[in-house]
Amino acid sequence: MSRSILHVSLTELAAQLAAKQVTSREVTLAALARIEATDGAIGAFLRVTPERALAQADAADARAARGERKGPLDGVPVGLKDIFVTKGVETTAGSRILEGFVPPYSGTAVERIEGAGAVVLGKLNMDEFAMGSSNENSAYGPCRNPWDLARTPGGSSGGSAAAVAARQCFGALGTDTGGSIREPAAFCGIVGLKPTYGRVSRYGVIAFASSLDQVGPMGRSVADCAAMLQVIAGHDPRDMTSSTRPVDDYSARLEEGAAGLRIGVPREWFQGGLDAGTEARVREALAAYERMGAKLVEISLPHQKYGVAAYYIIAPAEASSNLARYDGVRYGLRVKGSGLKDTYAKTRARGFGAEPKRRIMLGTYALSSGYYDAYYLRAQKVRTLVRRDFDEAFASCDVIAGPVTPDVAFPLGERVDDPLRMYLADVFTITCNLAALPGLSIPCGLHPQKGLPVGLQLIGRPFDEATLFRAARAFEREAAPLPPPAGLS
Amino acid sequence: MSLSLDEVRRIAVLARLELSPEEEQLFAGQLSAILDYVEQLEALDVSGVEPMTHALAAGDAAPLRDDEVRPSLPIGEVLANAPEREETYFKVPRIIE
Repeated sequence: MSRSILHVSLTELAAQLAAKQVTSREVTLAALARIEATDGAIGAFLRVTPERALAQADAADARAARGERKGPLDGVPVGLKDIFVTKGVETTAGSRILEGFVPPYSGTAVERIEGAGAVVLGKLNMDEFAMGSSNENSAYGPCRNPWDLARTPGGSSGGSAAAVAARQCFGALGTDTGGSIREPAAFCGIVGLKPTYGRVSRYGVIAFASSLDQVGPMGRSVADCAAMLQVIAGHDPRDMTSSTRPVDDYSARLEEGAAGLRIGVPREWFQGGLDAGTEARVREALAAYERMGAKLVEISLPHQKYGVAAYYIIAPAEASSNLARYDGVRYGLRVKGSGLKDTYAKTRARGFGAEPKRRIMLGTYALSSGYYDAYYLRAQKVRTLVRRDFDEAFASCDVIAGPVTPDVAFPLGERVDDPLRMYLADVFTITCNLAALPGLSIPCGLHPQKGLPVGLQLIGRPFDEATLFRAARAFEREAAPLPPPAGLS
Repeated sequence: MSLSLDEVRRIAVLARLELSPEEEQLFAGQLSAILDYVEQLEALDVSGVEPMTHALAAGDAAPLRDDEVRPSLPIGEVLANAPEREETYFKVPRIIE
């Protein structure tokens, strides 16, 4: 049982739990053993919480024995990116400045997934404050890609993607500000969804860029992600940017196929900068959609090329404001200085790593007196133009499809000294955040030469996650499934 | 666009970050490169374009809730993570000399 059960999908495990073929305690123990055996090499978990997990597993088993299973997540072991404030469990967002912070409450997404009976195995590695595309900005050491331990799992939700790919857990929650769910999902060969801005509450999610951050599911199948989103989506009175729109039934239209779908293919995503092997796999996926009866429509996103530039004004500006709270007064690190201001400056100097410092500096500059109009205001106007591109494109298509990243997972260390080059890993994912749209990453095969996973990105209309799931599921059914990662037994 | 060391120091003061001389040098170069890249936005005509100040369309935003007293976290739990505390307060270094 112990290894094979860890290879089934979340939804398949749910069926086995419901049929009492396996208990939550058994599967939780198997997952904990797998973490113990493999995580020294991967580094997906920042901390594992076995006692808490087993208590949740026993509670799930007791519910199952009484015939009171709550739903598909009940008794299923999952992981949480360490950006989710979790009551009684140290939460650091990958930063030294929050080392030892034990939150007195849980965020809404955590409450909801635990409320649905999920078993939380622990907290997952990430780039510090979700700033990064390789997980190398974690203050607690990098995470490695289960497909090739010398390469990045992507970031910032690198630990979440690696843990799901390595069969350490059945699903995970991540966050995505510029591609932080979709890029690691693509690099690790799993499915990841960034929902529409406002679909999932951000209450209790450590803030990076508040107008861009969004919580989403990461799993080994489309149905798994749909099941997780079903539980975490919906209005939350504690987050006024969470939408009051009713939540769709994400499993209802999952099997409707791709026939009749109009799939927009943005010309700009295939012009230069896209690796040939990645393009080949993405083109094959588009051809598969045509075979399934979808219609490909060429579209244009003329402001695509300005996305990264606009993002690197807006996100650091918001970050510089959000990260002002780390001042050594209420929680986290304090380094004593000669007075209060000096204490602030010394605490932040020692507590923040290079990337948060860089972005705080950039954002402070962009918002400083005399520069606001030239940088922040202009970037916000470009954001309007980016959104308009999508609105116009969706007049002629239902879903937009293309690559997630310009290339497959890159070697660790390759880009750490070149922040701008690192930022360009997000060139295809960033506009989706700027436009506040839902975007999904699904594996579309292995790179013909490099043998590493390639991701297909699907972007939908606002709050139309159901169509994204339907389109992704159609492809998943059609495509050959990926083998388990080669880097691990 | 080239940021001088003096400008880097001025921003660091605003951001309440104590930087080492090495960091000042590093950030002057890296931030200049990023600002060079961002300069391409100046090529765009944005006249008459409204800034996107909200990520959520007006119809999707939640209505403001009533302003009423509700229970919050117990003071002891809130203070538990403070580096220094005294009675029911966060303790900070002297502000007024």
